[in-house]
Amino acid sequence: MAKRIDVSGLTAYYGSHKAIEDISMTVEPRSATAFIGPSGCGKSTFLRTLNRMHEVTPGGRVEGKVMLDNENLYGSGVDPVSVRRTIGMVFQRPNPFPTMSIFDNVAAGLRLNGSYRKSELNDIVEKSLKGANLWNEVKDRLNKPGSGLSGGQQQRLCIARAIAVEPQVLLMDEPCSALDPISTLAIEDLIGELKERFTIVIVTHNMQQAARVSDHTAFFNLAAVGQPGRLIEIDETERIFSNPSVQATEDYISGRFG
Amino acid sequence: MDITPTSPTSPPPEKQPPLAVDKVSSGKATRPGDRIFLGLSRGSGITLLVVMAAIALFLTVRAASALGKNEGNFLTTFEWNADSAEPSFGIAVLLFGTVVSAIIAMIIAVPVAVGIALFISHYAPRAIAAPLGYVIDLLAAVPSIVYGLWGALFLVPHLEGLYKWFDDYFGWTGILEYNDGTPRSLFTIGILLAIMILPIVTSVSREVFLQSPKMHEEAALALGATRWEVIRMSVLPFGRSGIISASMLGLGRALGETMAVATVLSTSFGIQTSLLDGGGGTIAQNIASGFKEASDDGRDALIASGLVLFLLTLVVNGAARLIVARRKEYSGANA
Repeated sequence: MAKRIDVSGLTAYYGSHKAIEDISMTVEPRSATAFIGPSGCGKSTFLRTLNRMHEVTPGGRVEGKVMLDNENLYGSGVDPVSVRRTIGMVFQRPNPFPTMSIFDNVAAGLRLNGSYRKSELNDIVEKSLKGANLWNEVKDRLNKPGSGLSGGQQQRLCIARAIAVEPQVLLMDEPCSALDPISTLAIEDLIGELKERFTIVIVTHNMQQAARVSDHTAFFNLAAVGQPGRLIEIDETERIFSNPSVQATEDYISGRFG
Repeated sequence: MDITPTSPTSPPPEKQPPLAVDKVSSGKATRPGDRIFLGLSRGSGITLLVVMAAIALFLTVRAASALGKNEGNFLTTFEWNADSAEPSFGIAVLLFGTVVSAIIAMIIAVPVAVGIALFISHYAPRAIAAPLGYVIDLLAAVPSIVYGLWGALFLVPHLEGLYKWFDDYFGWTGILEYNDGTPRSLFTIGILLAIMILPIVTSVSREVFLQSPKMHEEAALALGATRWEVIRMSVLPFGRSGIISASMLGLGRALGETMAVATVLSTSFGIQTSLLDGGGGTIAQNIASGFKEASDDGRDALIASGLVLFLLTLVVNGAARLIVARRKEYSGANA
């Protein structure tokens, strides 16, 4: 189910601007890996290269390799659409499809992938909503629009939508930054459960959050504004927050940054 | 017919609810700037209502006078003899021609316009999209009499072959039967109107598609949607009410188009089952061709037909608003 990601020598551009440079790392399966770092250091850009969403941006292009187990996602002949079907993504702002009901939102990815019988669909939607800890709150209004839910519920709906297709990897781009602390807690608990089944990568601005939910933490930084972002170090979360091997990491974590 | 998107015949594509702060300041406008702006905007609103009411009143009064003298039945009489001593005229033929030619125009134009709009907004590289959009907008700048001349001198002679083909394969349906005449028919009018409403439907749809939220398109992409699936899942549902508004703008123009229709159509008072055979008429075209020679009573009769067109447009716009409002809670606006 969950696969390992091996990135080597990855550089990403927006047009002629180099956003991140020469990043290599390994993301372990069935664990949560957090990306931290100052704004503009390229952590979100890097995350988007992992499911080939970066190239959707006009001018976006990528050099280097991303291996999902033994398959290079940037190999010739690899269809980005099928990459995105195996690597799910949750965005910063909850984005359920406003024209679809709660049920249809969760079923959206399934319907793209193939045809299911109604009963199968019902089972998967229920399982996914339970997996996202949302089932009890919405089971009586599955046919209502998803946009009627609160922000935290919408974000869990988006997680349910992403896990319904049983992806190999789940990418989360600051999934809690638009949410209140209680909804944030609900999502963090959920991440703790999901990492038993999926490989999770989460970008966060909140260092406590990184410390709470992740097993590994990667610290990104950039030399100066306009310079490409780089990976400074990646290690077990405990080590990063207690005894990082690079001084810049310690400065950032302890707030002595910049 | 006015073709700017702010024409009163249609609501703008997306209306944001006014901010609460506006309500507060409109209650007690104390600062001079607020007062002046409040007066200006309120004045504009009232002016619009007064103009509409004046038009409706004028049409109703003159129409009532004509209808009182009508010897025939306004709804069922198949002739237009408004200038004789015993006037007898009916709207049925004209209403039929107006509605049918407009529907044909919509059936042809809306899918094409939505296709062009999607191509410009989501498929074409920027180098092609901008010039193409410009050309489409240029179509709107061609005066309708020019379309009429083109229709009469080019389209009519060239459609004959197509109509014969229709007759060979679909003649059995009755509505696509063609008995060699000149193709100055409702279907020809429909094609001409389709070309004329294409720019307005395209440019309004394109604006709406361009506004479709990036975050919903990315949501679909991240689920592994192809480009068409992204459009189907996030762009079209978001643009739905915009497409309806755009179509209604186009329909308004098609219903009211005068010169192009008058140039091409050979009027005859009768309802034919075949749309391809020459004949028929539309309300606006009948007014334009008859107004100059008409007596006073004849003019009143034409005004009565104008009132029908006015009401038809009201009904069409009302229906469009109902369609848009019915799925409001699902609309992209409250995302």
